[in-house]
Amino acid sequence: MSFQPFTALTSKTLVLREENIDTDQIIPARFLTTTDREGLGDAAFHDWRYGPDGVLDEGHVLNRTDMATHRVLVAGDNFGCGSSREHAPWALLAFGLRAVISTSIADIFRSNSLKNGLLPVVVDEETHALLLSEPGREVTVDLEENRLRFGNHAVPFETEAFARRCLLDGKDPLGVLLDALPEIEDFEERAA
Amino acid sequence: MRTLFDKVWARNLVRAEAEDMPAILHIGLHLVHEVTSPQAFSVLRERGLNVRRPDLTLATIDHSVPTLPAGPDGRLPYVTPQAERQVETLRANCREHGIELLDLGDERRGIVHLIGPELGRTQPGMTVVCGDSHTSTHGAFGALAFGIGTTEVGHVLATQCLFQRRPKTMRVLFEGALQPGVTAKDMALAVIAKLGMEGGTGHVLEYQGEAVRGLSMEGRMTLCNLSIEAGARAGMVAPDETTFDYLRGRPGAPADFEAAMAEWRALRSDEDAAFDAEVVIDAAAISPMVTFGVSPDEAASIAGAVPEPANDSQAAGLTYMGVRAGEPVAGLKVARVFVGSCTNGRIEDLRAAAAVLRGRRVAEDVTALVVPGSEAVKRQAEAEGLHEVFLAAGAQWREPGCSMCIAMNGDKGAPGEVVVSTSNRNFRGRQGEGVRTVLASPATAAASAVEGRIADPRPYLKGAAA
Repeated sequence: MSFQPFTALTSKTLVLREENIDTDQIIPARFLTTTDREGLGDAAFHDWRYGPDGVLDEGHVLNRTDMATHRVLVAGDNFGCGSSREHAPWALLAFGLRAVISTSIADIFRSNSLKNGLLPVVVDEETHALLLSEPGREVTVDLEENRLRFGNHAVPFETEAFARRCLLDGKDPLGVLLDALPEIEDFEERAA
Repeated sequence: MRTLFDKVWARNLVRAEAEDMPAILHIGLHLVHEVTSPQAFSVLRERGLNVRRPDLTLATIDHSVPTLPAGPDGRLPYVTPQAERQVETLRANCREHGIELLDLGDERRGIVHLIGPELGRTQPGMTVVCGDSHTSTHGAFGALAFGIGTTEVGHVLATQCLFQRRPKTMRVLFEGALQPGVTAKDMALAVIAKLGMEGGTGHVLEYQGEAVRGLSMEGRMTLCNLSIEAGARAGMVAPDETTFDYLRGRPGAPADFEAAMAEWRALRSDEDAAFDAEVVIDAAAISPMVTFGVSPDEAASIAGAVPEPANDSQAAGLTYMGVRAGEPVAGLKVARVFVGSCTNGRIEDLRAAAAVLRGRRVAEDVTALVVPGSEAVKRQAEAEGLHEVFLAAGAQWREPGCSMCIAMNGDKGAPGEVVVSTSNRNFRGRQGEGVRTVLASPATAAASAVEGRIADPRPYLKGAAA
């Protein structure tokens, strides 16, 4: 999964009402022995989507939703808490998602998501309640405008300025950091 | 008028943040392990980049390593060939880039958050990062230490720096002293229960107060380790004589220790420093704590009852755990007990478990695993005869590693089992599919092993050496 730019996306929502969906739910630790970023789509929410016997639970919303048309996840409060595993956004992207909306998104997950083109969107409780109440609603996540639009609503959201610029321009932050090497070397000399 | 965090941030700042650009923060110690690093090394390879400061990088093997010894064929019982390949990949990456690796067989190997302090590499005032959320552990030394994702692991490998927005600060003040039998783990669970799982989001916590000053470095590490379970990427304790006594004489400690100490003494929040948030906790009111739900903030006194669920998510968690509101927290039947992890796998933790288990037996239908956090802890425990206490009690004494905390090496519970664990996360399935995890201190875990039920450790500690 290489870095994917993000400008604006119009898609339907997939709703998971559970609060505190942690990274062990998003991708269980036994899938972390990979040395790749690719191929983690089937591990996404694995233990929610499969029974203990390994049989796919066809009735689960994650299994009966067409991910090609439902690319925006609306999740309960405090999404992505837990471990620093970047496998979590890798798995969600490979599963088909491009944005996550909640009232709160955990720090490390948010940082990891921004670096891979999975857009974290934090909204107020009222907006959140509206979205939770109507799964499959069409929404537009507009990063150019920093607005989430649905129906008559246009809700502002915040994205850290540099991460936003990188997503809009398809710019890799590592390149910018490498450009700062002379300054970094100066710092090390002063500190030594 | 600056906080401890402000001072450490300023020391490591290459470039201050601007509206359109985060700060550039220099990293003093980058810890690397097998699980979150391979894709970062791949990016370096794809872009033709080298590891810029291998001298500030230290690697170990901990997450997926077996805790059982090699079989008759001399091979370690890896859970899958893929897990073994991941370890091989780390070896190859470290060789290629000249990174020191504390490999299997190295007497300094251990869980990544134990080795930095043990070797004296984690020091006051520095920045420490690792692709692991429990990097907050190192904040116990007055370092700014936090977990990062694999992309950022790549950034640090390539530049020794990170883009970072300045976080907010929160003072967590413990007033008064702890009661006997109450440990750093119980303090941490009390903080998480008070703040909630997201109460610390966006903040760096600084733990202050008499009860914190009274903790050993092991206890402070446990407290800082669990900061992330309240949503805070980092927790810190200002360095003091306890810190200096711990570091003095360790291999990585500064050559001119006196000069370093003089500098470190300034690393404390000024009296009138302003924090963005503040929480006060009555240390004397904390009892041994256990979790009853499926997130670490669902914790209560072991003498208390399971509270009414606040919402559907909590109600579903109680159902998963097989408990009902109003029932006593203690008493739930236990199948397995795990003592270990970066939270509670240090020597003091093993001493606390041994104090309860000495001369007693693990209940017949309970499997108890004691996993030292590092080779150094294992050696020390064996020198003190603690392993004999565990073995005589019927517990298993394993090789160092993360083991059942993350359960990716094959050490795990069976579906439906209740596991009392000294680790850090009671998330659904964390210790095996369908496993019900109860977080507790080492003493509580050991008392629960003896009774076969979640049990208060305090009756077992009367008369035992502290």
